Amino acid sequence: MPSSGSNSIGLLDRSLVFITGKGGVGKSSVTAALGLLAAKAGKRTLICEVDAKGDVARLLDCEPSGFEPSEIRENLFLMAMNTEEALREYLRIYLRLPVVAMLGPLAKTFDFVANAAPGVQEILVVGKLCYEVKASKYDLILVDATSTGHIVSQLASPRGISELVRLGMVKDQVAWMEDILYDSLQTSVIVVATPAETPINEALELAERIDLETEVHLGALVVNKVMPELFSRSEEEFFTALQDPRVAKVLNRVVSSDIGLLLKGSSAALEMRRCAAPYVERLMGSSETVPVALLPLMFGEGSGMKLVRDLGEALAAEWDELLWQG
Amino acid sequence: MAGINSLVERSKIIIVAGPGGVGKTTLAAALGLTAVDLTGKKVLVITVDPAKRLADSLGLVGLTSKGSQVSPLDLDEAMGHKVSGKLYVAMLDAKSSWDELVNRHAPDVATRQKILSNPIYRNISSRFVQSHDYIAMETLYELYRSSQYDLIVVDTPPSRHAIDFLDAPSKMADFFSSKLLKWLTLPARNRLLMGMFKPFYQVADKILGAQFLSDVAEFFLLFESMYAGFVERAKSVAGILENSSTSFVVVSSPEPVPMTEAEFFVSALDARHLHLGQMVVNRVLPEYFRDPAAILLAHQVQDDYERLAKEFLKKGASLDLIKESEVPPVRLEALAERVLLEVADSFLNFSGVATEEAEEISRLPIDEELITLIPHLNFDVSDLKSLGKVAGHLAVGD
Repeated sequence: MPSSGSNSIGLLDRSLVFITGKGGVGKSSVTAALGLLAAKAGKRTLICEVDAKGDVARLLDCEPSGFEPSEIRENLFLMAMNTEEALREYLRIYLRLPVVAMLGPLAKTFDFVANAAPGVQEILVVGKLCYEVKASKYDLILVDATSTGHIVSQLASPRGISELVRLGMVKDQVAWMEDILYDSLQTSVIVVATPAETPINEALELAERIDLETEVHLGALVVNKVMPELFSRSEEEFFTALQDPRVAKVLNRVVSSDIGLLLKGSSAALEMRRCAAPYVERLMGSSETVPVALLPLMFGEGSGMKLVRDLGEALAAEWDELLWQG
Repeated sequence: MAGINSLVERSKIIIVAGPGGVGKTTLAAALGLTAVDLTGKKVLVITVDPAKRLADSLGLVGLTSKGSQVSPLDLDEAMGHKVSGKLYVAMLDAKSSWDELVNRHAPDVATRQKILSNPIYRNISSRFVQSHDYIAMETLYELYRSSQYDLIVVDTPPSRHAIDFLDAPSKMADFFSSKLLKWLTLPARNRLLMGMFKPFYQVADKILGAQFLSDVAEFFLLFESMYAGFVERAKSVAGILENSSTSFVVVSSPEPVPMTEAEFFVSALDARHLHLGQMVVNRVLPEYFRDPAAILLAHQVQDDYERLAKEFLKKGASLDLIKESEVPPVRLEALAERVLLEVADSFLNFSGVATEEAEEISRLPIDEELITLIPHLNFDVSDLKSLGKVAGHLAVGD
C-alpha cells in the first residue's frame, strides 16, 4: 500500500472527507459505512447528505434528517444540506440580521442566488461544510457528495466565486474556506466507482480534474461491488473439467440433472468477473500514490444496516492503516 | 406486435430517461439501431457525454449537435443483414448550443457580444445543470422542426432526478419571466427607484459585492431583448413533449434504489399526460437463477457436498480428465468438495439477488407488455456489433 506524505494522516483522522462517484455506484453506502466505523472508534461524526435523497438515512435505518443535524446513534449525526437554510444561517451569523425581518427579501434573494448564479449555490454548500469544520463541533464530517459531474465545480467554487464576485463579504470569506478545503491534512476526497466502463472512466477523469482544477487532496479510490473470486486456479481447472460431456454425465447421475443449472450459474459468475477485471485493474494501475480499495459485491443483504456493517468491515480490513494513523 | 417494435414504428420522438448508471446511453443507441433495422426509417440518436468506447463504436468523435451518419456498410455488418434505414448520431454540447441560441435570438451584434462575454451567462451556459436539460430539449425541438429525420431518439443528460428533464422548459420560461428579474434590473433602469429597494440592495451588496450585482443586472437586461422569443420558445419546446408521436422509454436497473426513482418518473409522466412507450429494465439476472428445482438442489449440495464429492470421484474414477490433472487422491477429494460447495453457494447468492429483482419488477405498476427485460450481458458494448446484440434483445423483448 502506497503511503505518500499526505497519506501520513489517516483518512478518518481528517476533518472533512467528501465521498463522490457516478450515480448508482454506492456512494451513500460507502459514506454510511465510514460514518459507522468512525463513530464506533469514538469520533464525533457528522454525515452530510448533499443531494438529500435520504439514502444514508435509509441505509442506517433511521428517519431522514433536516438541515439541523440529528444524532442517529452514539457519536453519529446526520444532516441534509439545504442551500436556502444555509444562506439563512449565514445571514444570521454574519450579518446578525433578524431572520423574520429578512424572510420576504430573503426568499427572493435565494430565488435569484439559486437560479442565476450556480457558483453561489455551490459556495453555500462548501461554505456550510467549512463553517462546521471551523466550529469544531465534530471530529469528522463525511459528505455524501454530489455525483462526479458537479463535485469539481463544488470543490473549485471558492476559486470560481473569486472570478464572479470581486468584492463583498463572500469574497473575504473565500480565503478561510480555501484554507480548510485545500489543506490535505484537513480535507480529502474519496472517489467511488463500480467495475464497469463508465463509472471507472468517470472516476479516473474526476481524479484527474480534482488534481488539475482544484487543490483538494485525493485520498483514495474505491471500487465497490467487485464480484468475489469464485475459484482458486486448481478449483477453476476442476470446474472446467466438469463441463466435459462425459464428466457431466457422471455428475448428473451422482447429484441430479439440475446440477447443469448450478454449473451454468457459476459459469455466468466467472464470466461477469472476467468482464469486470480489466476495469478493476485499470483503476488499480492508475496511480502510484492514491490507494485503491476493493469492496466485494454483497449478496442478499438488501440495502440496510447489515450491508453497511459488512461494507465497513470490508473497508476496515482493506484499509486499516489508511483510515487511522492512531 | 407490441413493445419496442410498434413503439419505433409509431413514434417520431423517443426520449430515453431514467436514473443514472443504468446504461441509458447504451440503450438509447441500441434503440436507434433497432429502429433503423425494423422500420427502415431515417433515425437520429442524440446523446450526451457517451462512454468513450460507445462513442468510438458509433464513430462519434468530435461531433457537435449536428448529426453525422453511421456507415451503412458497418450497420449491415453489425446486424448481419442489409439494413434499410439510415442511422445518424449527434452529441450534445451544452455550451455551444447555448451560444447558438443566443446567436439566433439576439437582436443585434452588440447585444450578442455582450451576452456571450457576460460572466453570469458564461456560468449558466457551461455549468448550470438545469441548463443542460433545457438545451437538450431546445436542440430536440430544432431538429424536430427541421423534419430531417423520421425518428429522433434522445438520451437525456444525467441530472439529479430524472424528472428535472420534464420540467426544464417550464422552469426556463418561469425563470425568464419572473417578476424578480425585473425587480433586480430596476436600479440599472431607473436609479430613482433605487431608494425603495435600498435595504435589499444594501444586504445584497454587502454579501455579494456591487460588481456581481451589476453583472447580474446586465445579464438580465441583455436577455430581456430576447426574452419574449425565449419564453414563447420554451412553451413550444414543452409542447412537443405532449405530442402523441412522442414517447418516453424509462430505463432502470433492477435494484431497489433506481427502480424507485424510475417508478416515480413513470408516475410523473402519467400526471403530466405524457406517454410511456416502454419501461426497460436493464441487466436482469437470467431466469434459471429462480428455478425452484435448482434452488432446492443447491441447498441439498450445501448439506451433502462431502458425500457427493466422494461419490462423484468414485463413479468417475475411470474418467481420464480428472486423473490427468495429477492431483493426489486426498487433495482431489478436497478439491471436488470445495468446487461443489462453491457452485452451490454462488448459485444461492445469485438466486437471492434474482428473486429480489423479480420482486422489484413485479411490483411495477405498469402493464406487462410495456416492460422489456434486458439480460445481464457478459460483454462490453464496444462496437456496433455488440450494440447490435443489445438491439436484438430490445426487439425480441416482448
